[in-house]
Amino acid sequence: MIKRNLPFAAIAVVALVAAPLLLEPFRLGLLAKYLCYAIVALGIGLAWGKGGMLTLGQGVFFGLGGYSMAMYLKLTEAGDGGLPDFMVWSGVEELPALWTPFANPVFALCMAVLGPVALALILGALVFRQRVRGAYFAILTQALAAAMVILLVGQQGLTGGTNGMTNFFELFGQDLAEDSTQRGLYLVVASVLGVLYLATRQLVNSRYGRLLVAVRDGEDRVRFLGYDPALVKTVTFAISAGMAGLAGALFVPVVGIISPALLGVVPSLELVVAVAVGGRHALAGAVLGAVLMGYAKTAFSEQFADGWLYLQGALFILVMTLAPKGVAGIGRSILGRLRSARAT
Amino acid sequence: MRISRAIVSALVVLTLAACGSDSQPAAESNEIKVGLLHSLSGTMAISEVTVRDAELLAIEEINKSGGVLGKKLVPVVEDGASDWPTFAEKATKLIRQDKVATVFGGWTSASRKAMLPVFERYKALLWYPVQYEGLESSPYIFYTGATTNQQIIPGLDYLKEQGKKKLFLVGSDYVFPRTANKIIKAYAAANGMEILGEEYTPLGHTEYSTLVNKVMGAKPDAVFNTLNGDSNVAFFKQLKSAGATAESMPVLSVSIAEEEVTGIGVDNIAGHPVAWNYYQTTDTPANEAFVKAFKAKYGANKVTSDPMEAGYNAVYLWAEAVKKAGTTEVEAVKKAAPGIALERPEGLVTIDGENQHMYKTARIGIIQPDGLIKQVWDSGEPIKPDPYLKGYPWAAGLAAS
Repeated sequence: MIKRNLPFAAIAVVALVAAPLLLEPFRLGLLAKYLCYAIVALGIGLAWGKGGMLTLGQGVFFGLGGYSMAMYLKLTEAGDGGLPDFMVWSGVEELPALWTPFANPVFALCMAVLGPVALALILGALVFRQRVRGAYFAILTQALAAAMVILLVGQQGLTGGTNGMTNFFELFGQDLAEDSTQRGLYLVVASVLGVLYLATRQLVNSRYGRLLVAVRDGEDRVRFLGYDPALVKTVTFAISAGMAGLAGALFVPVVGIISPALLGVVPSLELVVAVAVGGRHALAGAVLGAVLMGYAKTAFSEQFADGWLYLQGALFILVMTLAPKGVAGIGRSILGRLRSARAT
Repeated sequence: MRISRAIVSALVVLTLAACGSDSQPAAESNEIKVGLLHSLSGTMAISEVTVRDAELLAIEEINKSGGVLGKKLVPVVEDGASDWPTFAEKATKLIRQDKVATVFGGWTSASRKAMLPVFERYKALLWYPVQYEGLESSPYIFYTGATTNQQIIPGLDYLKEQGKKKLFLVGSDYVFPRTANKIIKAYAAANGMEILGEEYTPLGHTEYSTLVNKVMGAKPDAVFNTLNGDSNVAFFKQLKSAGATAESMPVLSVSIAEEEVTGIGVDNIAGHPVAWNYYQTTDTPANEAFVKAFKAKYGANKVTSDPMEAGYNAVYLWAEAVKKAGTTEVEAVKKAAPGIALERPEGLVTIDGENQHMYKTARIGIIQPDGLIKQVWDSGEPIKPDPYLKGYPWAAGLAAS
């Protein structure tokens, strides 16, 4: 057990101690952003890698979490009876009723997680019970992401429209511009990711996890054995949605903006691509993929402002052709070879 | 066990490597770094790349004539990728890591709104080169494009002079068209004009038959168009096939310049009016030199447009402020900037001290069959920028904040 957890502990030490000490504040902020995406990726790793549900709409849940948090931040900034800046430009004169409860941070944080969970439960109950799966499920989630963007852009007075929401100043009384606040946020994000990773790994290794993998590999057989695959899938989908929501809520104070551009079809797809690159069959692969692709995007676009998109695409194609199981797959085969070499 | 140790050391090395790449060599003392942050990919790239090119031309020209304070300007180019959060991230990178003296960048209002908190937080300077919806004046942004009283209101004055009393408003669904239309409605109410309809479509929308039917059915004297990007192609095509002509129902646009005319197709749009501060045909000695230099650098078939000229000006205005201040230090440059006046391609441009916008001459032009724009009206002299429309009694209440 100890040996099994050593790599995790090593990474935790690097992430929680070495990175904040060594990285410049700007780079640490970027790392915090990648880790937010890694939380979403962990959820995708669970739903897709373990459960076989290819969800192309994780951005929707991420967005629900992000907007909940942004609404709270905007309201603290506006103060009592004040209006968020974008409502003033949009000609809204009174705070919409939908917004009022978000002045309470506990409510906002709960909604960031429970909102996505509720939506996923409803969607899952409707979809999985009808035995919608495979490509049909993927298309459905993608359509949801597209619809969400149209909804957000259309309701400018309520959501900030295409611009989204930005210009946040403080979180729980802490000045967001301070490097110390950002370092604290980074530690929170890294810890949340660590805890969620351990919990998800525990879940996957439990009987429930084995059932989930069984549903992925032979849904009908599981049904004939007397289990309810729809229930297993719905719960898993809801857990992954909750993770995405929490990631969104953490993302907003870290990055300082939420907009429809962050949760549409393209960003949702990018996350799935990241999980594929990292290796969807291992939870660690999903996390690694998100950090790797995030880092690659930053590094490529800084070095080659004019053609970085091609490099990003080339990296994906390269990994997928050389290692269909992703980076985690390569790691695993090396480990396996080392072990067998030692055994002989 | 050994494997774990290998993983740990690999991670430590990686982290160190990541830090190592952060520490840039100290900027050489005979160079000044400036950031250029525009979308080089995504939907906005087609417009923003031209502004970046104009800014690079200005930097090259300044360097040729000896640089600023005896130092060469070195551009650091980043891609905003038509994505607002990316603009915020790259602005942070330019300020904190590259430690640029100033940034020239942005096009859409959304990108400016996303960058604004970053520049205010780190007390750095942004020069924003595009006409916009006003109602903003950040102490860390210089606005070298028009605000509403230098483009939209002159456009309305022109329509009024032409005897157009009934207007129809068409726009893309985001903050610029919505704010512009709010102003137009207030103007109309005060000037005895009638608004027959107000329609919005999402950015990138291309199906306009319903909307064109509505416009044709309402029979307005003129249409005020704040559509942005590709949508204009579909709108003007479908309007033309519905039988509307520039004579019977002119469509005044505020987001279509020389660059966009080619994309829309001259046949579809020739004869319609547009409102800007600069055209490629604007007759000044400085413009003759600008157009010549731009074509020499980027090709004879290239056109110059208002936002390009505003970006080109921004570099010169900043350089002038730095010369006056004797340093690139932000607060000193801000202090030196008010009152700086330069003869630019659009004529005399002066930096307003109060709101960091520019005094600019408003111009109405008609799109010609050759794709260029011919000026038919101008404001005679540069107009004082008034982003909150304080000087217009009818606009009271619009800027309540």
